Amino acid sequence: MPHDTAAHDTAARDTAARDTALPGAVAPGTAAGPAPVPAAADDGEQSLARLEAGLDALESAAVSDRRPWWRIVLSRLLPPAVALAAIVLVWDVLVWAHVRSGEIMLPGPGDVWNSLVAEWGPSRIGAAVWDSVYRAAIGFTASVLIGTVLGLLIARIAPLRAAVQPLLSGLQNLPSVAWVPIGIIWFGVSPATIYTVVLLGAVPSIAVGLIDGLDRVPPIYLRVGRNLGARGLDSVRFVLIPAALPGYVSGMKQGWAFAWRSLMAAELIAISPQLGPGVGQVMKFAQENLDLPLALGSIIIILIIGIGINQLFFAPLERRLLRTRGLSRS
Amino acid sequence: MTLTIDEAAQARTLTETAVRLTGVTKRFGKQTGTPVLDGIDLAVAPGEFVCLLGASGCGKSTLLNLIAGLDPVSSGSIEVSGGRAALMFQESALFPWLTAAGNIELALRLRGVDKARRRTEAERLLRLVRLEGAAKKRAHELSGGMRQRVALARALAQQAAVLLMDEPFAALDAITRDVLHGELTALWQETGVTVLFVTHNVREAVRLGQRVVMLSSRPGRVAREWRVDIPQPRRIEDADVAELAREITDELHREITRHGRVGVDKGASGHAS
Repeated sequence: MPHDTAAHDTAARDTAARDTALPGAVAPGTAAGPAPVPAAADDGEQSLARLEAGLDALESAAVSDRRPWWRIVLSRLLPPAVALAAIVLVWDVLVWAHVRSGEIMLPGPGDVWNSLVAEWGPSRIGAAVWDSVYRAAIGFTASVLIGTVLGLLIARIAPLRAAVQPLLSGLQNLPSVAWVPIGIIWFGVSPATIYTVVLLGAVPSIAVGLIDGLDRVPPIYLRVGRNLGARGLDSVRFVLIPAALPGYVSGMKQGWAFAWRSLMAAELIAISPQLGPGVGQVMKFAQENLDLPLALGSIIIILIIGIGINQLFFAPLERRLLRTRGLSRS
Repeated sequence: MTLTIDEAAQARTLTETAVRLTGVTKRFGKQTGTPVLDGIDLAVAPGEFVCLLGASGCGKSTLLNLIAGLDPVSSGSIEVSGGRAALMFQESALFPWLTAAGNIELALRLRGVDKARRRTEAERLLRLVRLEGAAKKRAHELSGGMRQRVALARALAQQAAVLLMDEPFAALDAITRDVLHGELTALWQETGVTVLFVTHNVREAVRLGQRVVMLSSRPGRVAREWRVDIPQPRRIEDADVAELAREITDELHREITRHGRVGVDKGASGHAS
């Protein structure tokens, strides 16, 4: 066949060209920027390379528009800081204008700050914050483990899914504090009660997030994985888990919010000296002593911890996941 | 003695064909009536470039999935030399959580290549598709054509003797497609890989293939085939490419028209000449 020998010739010539041209440049014009075009563009391979380099340059030109890091930080920090300042200002103005009709009193930002500073001492709020965060960390970690196993089982076993999934979404609607009375009857006012409430708050979110993530894995990824030779555990490790990660992380993010919220409610209701302090308990103490600044201060602490953990861990993780996959807007 | 003769015979069939389909039939589920694919016989020689052509509903993609081992055949047999074939899709299906180089390295890793060699091998493959600068890019940062080139490099990383391509350029603009035709032809000549290329674009089939196999639709059968004896630095605008494409298109139109008639006169086709 005539063209077979022609093909062979071209192939041989190309390999020779590559061998001498290595390393780096396969052909001139591959690197960014216009390459000088030789007068005789004899080699088809080379003109193809130049054409391709031109196409690549044209099609990826619009992408690189990077802002300096300090502007990114500023654009993230400035708006919430302004909003916070505005809230404090409005609050202060309200207090200053003596908005205290009848029984309702509003302590000012200054009062709350002073109260927090005065009560922070090693025996009071500092210890309570540490205690709550410690419990939340333990409860959340356990929730992730249980939620992950549960989610995997439900996602993989069809009859189990049919049976349990409605229940799971139902549990998300039920405020987990509703379990406090039962917990107290079963376990007494003990850490077990508090952890039960935290788990029942966070586990459903994490499991549902994982199931969602697994359901949304495009089937083509699994087919590609199989064609590449990923079977069994390899397929789970290299394809399924990374593909399901965005849903899983957003489930964890929501799970954290539920865990923290449930913990505060549980601490507020289940109080006993053997439980040690806790921010919820500080709030109860403030209520019993009609200490309005301390009660408001506790709420602010709860907010700061909840928002802080989210901003430090989950938000960056989620942002990164979405950005690397080209799913975020920015 | 008989054993050695058998072995020799087997070795010969293995070296003579890269892909051999014998009476391949595919039905989905408990489907009765006409199967999707019906008794396909096809042999592809090592290093051959075969284009599978057909209108929609001829089961071209199904056939590739069967050859790739992603779906089981209903009856018949498929032999692929080396036991496995690399498959490339219309969408690049690059894993978005990995970089371009990462995608290629994963293919190498799943083939058991050790870590140090994965890196250099991925670099070499990216250079082969002229994307050495895009190693750290993610799929969404690449143009459609660049994505398909990375997918091609990933498929080559599988080191399968057979490369199955399922309309890989169908979603690309005409200029990019032209360039990738040139690139694929060059790579095929350089690597000696066997290519089975599915398309519904007749000119593309003639531009690329040494042989064009037309499948009929519903059920999918091998209807006709053409040898393309035009020497290989071809262009899609070449007169002889256009001429053969015209002949094949006419045949394809006849095949498609047949379906309309069968639908209208319900079984009267027996009388038609």
